[in-house]
Amino acid sequence: MIIKQTYNAILLLALSASFAAVAADSAVTDSDRIEKYREMISDGNPAEFDEMRGEELWKKAAGPNKVSLERCDLGKGAGVVKGAYSELPKYFKDTNKVQDLESRLLTCMTTLQGFTEDEVAAKPFASEKKQSDISSLTTYVVGQSKGIKMAVSTKHPKVKEAYEIGKRIFNYRAGPYDFACSTCHATTGVRIRMQDLPNLSHNKKDAQSAYTTWPAYRVSQGLTRSFQWRLNDCFRQQRFPEPKFASEATVALTTFLAVSANGAEFAGPGLKR
Amino acid sequence: MNAKLMKSITVAAALALMVAPAQGENLDSKTAEIVKRDFRDKGIAKATRVNQDELQAACSKYVDKLPPKLKAKLEAKEAEAIKYPADGKFMGDWKEGEKLAQSGRGMTWSDKPEDVPGGNCYNCHQLSSKEIAYGTIGPSLLNFGKVRGNGEDIQRYVYARIYNAKASNACANMPRFGHMGILSEAQMKDLVALLLDPESPVNK
Repeated sequence: MIIKQTYNAILLLALSASFAAVAADSAVTDSDRIEKYREMISDGNPAEFDEMRGEELWKKAAGPNKVSLERCDLGKGAGVVKGAYSELPKYFKDTNKVQDLESRLLTCMTTLQGFTEDEVAAKPFASEKKQSDISSLTTYVVGQSKGIKMAVSTKHPKVKEAYEIGKRIFNYRAGPYDFACSTCHATTGVRIRMQDLPNLSHNKKDAQSAYTTWPAYRVSQGLTRSFQWRLNDCFRQQRFPEPKFASEATVALTTFLAVSANGAEFAGPGLKR
Repeated sequence: MNAKLMKSITVAAALALMVAPAQGENLDSKTAEIVKRDFRDKGIAKATRVNQDELQAACSKYVDKLPPKLKAKLEAKEAEAIKYPADGKFMGDWKEGEKLAQSGRGMTWSDKPEDVPGGNCYNCHQLSSKEIAYGTIGPSLLNFGKVRGNGEDIQRYVYARIYNAKASNACANMPRFGHMGILSEAQMKDLVALLLDPESPVNK
């Protein structure tokens, strides 16, 4: 804990220094600044603490069945973690479903370890008060695809359909503000206040760099945030109700976004402001 | 190429033409089904919020590029539903308008029922020259009144635009602040003043 706090303090110092250094140049965007401090701390990211926690959880016997997740099949065979995330979401025969990482972990934790779905989904996201097991597990698994090219196949008709549905969810306008994901994320070079927005539907580079840097350690929150959390918080700001954890809707949207990132080297867990 | 082959190619092509849009429709309705099933109440954001009105459904289906006839029809319908102030006055207090423009709060599941929604204006627009942290999804409104004056026609136009931006552009990004009950009549008048009052920092 103390190590983590010291780490945060150093990080924030580094951040303010880099902000101060570039403050005079108004042409420098937020993304440039973030890129700069990403470089500054490239030797280490506090998300590694969450990766380590996730790895321990992966290897520890748990649940009513007292087994580890080391027999969990994430799509590359039982227990294979290396590179698994770069190919997800994927169709799984045993469940007859397209699953993303969270959804698949949920399957393993219920079928192998004997947890109930509600038990696993009870704490889907980390908070200041309490860590989330499933969130830490995803950080670990995701980290094992670092440096590997995103290659999500849409050959299976169910994956293709999930992609098409995900694209439609991306453009689905509703709620009191008529917002969709596309309201903010379908134009290049725009921002909300000072926050630059990636164009996720018409700009391959934006789509790739956004997807391949989640999960991420959020300096402003002092927490490692999962990709599912990112989607969730977007829906909150869209004035939508909450998507159910590991639901078909979130898997479909994730499929759309993951396929859009194909070809890029996975770089997560990342680091964000 | 023999006639039989020609015929089967023609039939296949006709079938493909019929199937492609049908598949799209099918995916649209499947998407709506999934969204309605997979979102749940959280705080003040109830699951029913994903139910689309005609305009939302059309803009989603056509990804904001409506066929011209449908666009005109929807815009007319939105315009018809605009309620103008009964007292015939459109200008409120620009100072209150500036506060509202700054506030991005309101209607998320983390907001409380008693929280007053803000105008969210600076999230997307440049307004006052003093505020440099403005978004760029919408056009800059700096000097809006300075350029256009503040006669009654423009006041009425601005009020309508805030009340329901979709009346002039069916798939605009901007929320329908009056139509959806996000802002009150008095609040919308304050925003009109922010844009048009010569004393407002937008026009200084």
